[in-house]
Amino acid sequence: MSQQKILVVALMQRGAASPATYELLTAGRSLANALKQPLVAFQVGGTAESARELVERGADRVLWSGGAALQDFNDELHAQAVLAAAAQEKPSWLLLPASVAGRSLACRVAVKLGAGLATDVNEIDPASGTVKRSHYSGNLQATMEFKSEVRVVTVQGMVFPQAPRQAGRSGEVAELAFAPAAAGMEFLSFQAEEAGEIDLGGAERIVSGGRGVGGPDGFKLIRDLAHALGAAVAASRAAVDSGWIPYRHQVGLTGRTVRPKLYVACGISGQIQHLAGMSTAGSIVAINMDPECPMMQQATISVVGDMFELIPLVIAEIKKRRGAPVAA
Amino acid sequence: MALNIVVCVKNTPSTLAVPVDAATGLPKTAGLVFAMNPFDEYAVEEAVRIKEKNPGTTVTALALGPESDHAVLRDAISRGCDAGVLLSGPELQGGDAFAISRALAAAIKKLNGQKPVHLLLFGKNTNDDNSGTVGGQVAAWLDWPGALSVKKIESIDESSAVLWRMMEDGVDKVKVQLPAAVGTVKEINEPRVPSLRGKMAAKKASIPTWTAADLALKPEDAGAAGARVKLARSSAPPPRPAGTRIAGATAAQTAEKLVATLVERKLI
Repeated sequence: MSQQKILVVALMQRGAASPATYELLTAGRSLANALKQPLVAFQVGGTAESARELVERGADRVLWSGGAALQDFNDELHAQAVLAAAAQEKPSWLLLPASVAGRSLACRVAVKLGAGLATDVNEIDPASGTVKRSHYSGNLQATMEFKSEVRVVTVQGMVFPQAPRQAGRSGEVAELAFAPAAAGMEFLSFQAEEAGEIDLGGAERIVSGGRGVGGPDGFKLIRDLAHALGAAVAASRAAVDSGWIPYRHQVGLTGRTVRPKLYVACGISGQIQHLAGMSTAGSIVAINMDPECPMMQQATISVVGDMFELIPLVIAEIKKRRGAPVAA
Repeated sequence: MALNIVVCVKNTPSTLAVPVDAATGLPKTAGLVFAMNPFDEYAVEEAVRIKEKNPGTTVTALALGPESDHAVLRDAISRGCDAGVLLSGPELQGGDAFAISRALAAAIKKLNGQKPVHLLLFGKNTNDDNSGTVGGQVAAWLDWPGALSVKKIESIDESSAVLWRMMEDGVDKVKVQLPAAVGTVKEINEPRVPSLRGKMAAKKASIPTWTAADLALKPEDAGAAGARVKLARSSAPPPRPAGTRIAGATAAQTAEKLVATLVERKLI
């Protein structure tokens, strides 16, 4: 019987690998070392050059399939490609990013492989073969056991550090020929998010506003602070439902789940639905008028005060420390 | 243009504060109030909106759960669905997304045999398990095209639909051939509240219950026996350590202290 492998799916989107790919390589490397199995990355789309980078970031071997059919995400075609790689490599673990595409792919691949699937995994125990993930919107942490030989897992973003690039690291790169079969989906177009926006899922720092922001104009202040910190902009459901900021910025039960190192919550009371999306942030800074609200109780650092007064002063202080001119 | 739509719904706890049973190590949901998974409300609403724009369209709500889950199907009917089907029986219980999606797919095949299904709608995930994979796995079982995180169904006819899919970096516009499976996100619509007329219709509706045998599922392929993953135990996440409060004599001093602390902790 051929040796089993750890297989990481590296999804190329808009011609580039996402940082999540390099996080998967860290998770995969750790599994590969523990189980003494090779770490193989399957790059869907891209080029031999981008595949080479995956070797430099820890893969023992990289397979890649390219071509026009895999340029934009197509659930069925990408699944066909991943299944071809899985049929060849016979993975014991198959790791995908916990993105829209990753989840969609994982669904199809798990069914076709007859494999168990655990999504948004935040801990992997190679010894027991179990994984941990949150359920009940982060209020409980579940330990999942697999009953299948192949374990399909989507890994939550920001849980594992990105595998560093080691220039010159050796490993095999091979193209896996992909002949697309018929698919019921046709990709028509892509509308990018506004320029300069940092994606919430991969953001190390996030500045978020809630009802206390008071209106769309208040989000200008949130954006200014985010800009000063190099952070992504987020919002609570109350702010999104009020039409102050688009839905894609919403963090919480009905929005995105994030795991930044720093989450600055401004004027957010901390309803359980919002905490569900951000309570695993490394450090939480809460700025609020209400010292007793749930977010202030959760916060690593809390500041009681008026955000409209404090935030400009915080921005000025950051600029001062960086030596940038501060507006009068 | 008459379409035939199936929408998957789940009866889930209305609270997120679910205790863990000390004896089993599993979430203790007995005695909690259950209602339609909030994310399924968007899928139901979208199905009903398509029906309202396309005379002759029928919408069937489909759920898997205990007999008491008739309630969630009646809720769906009260919101405008025409019919409901419950998949139930001991052999269907205890499954993971793999087994549940297999049973739902078998039911959709059965419905498709009665009258061809054009579209399957489902919510982005459930508020209990949070996996967001049942709909995608149903699509896989059926070999249908599918898209998750759909924020708009731009157009639909008997043969295809144009969808706006929310990706992390923007929006994909894709065209799917029907039948297809579509997962919806909150942005797609604003769910209505059940009407009095809808409530009356729901009260009168006869909701069939299909068992694993009705779905021609082998016992080893259904419920807990057919699952590929198992929830071994559940626990509360570790509490966050107590935080510190920063305050200065003036707002400027507070801001200065806050930035100094963030720098000291290497957070900025």
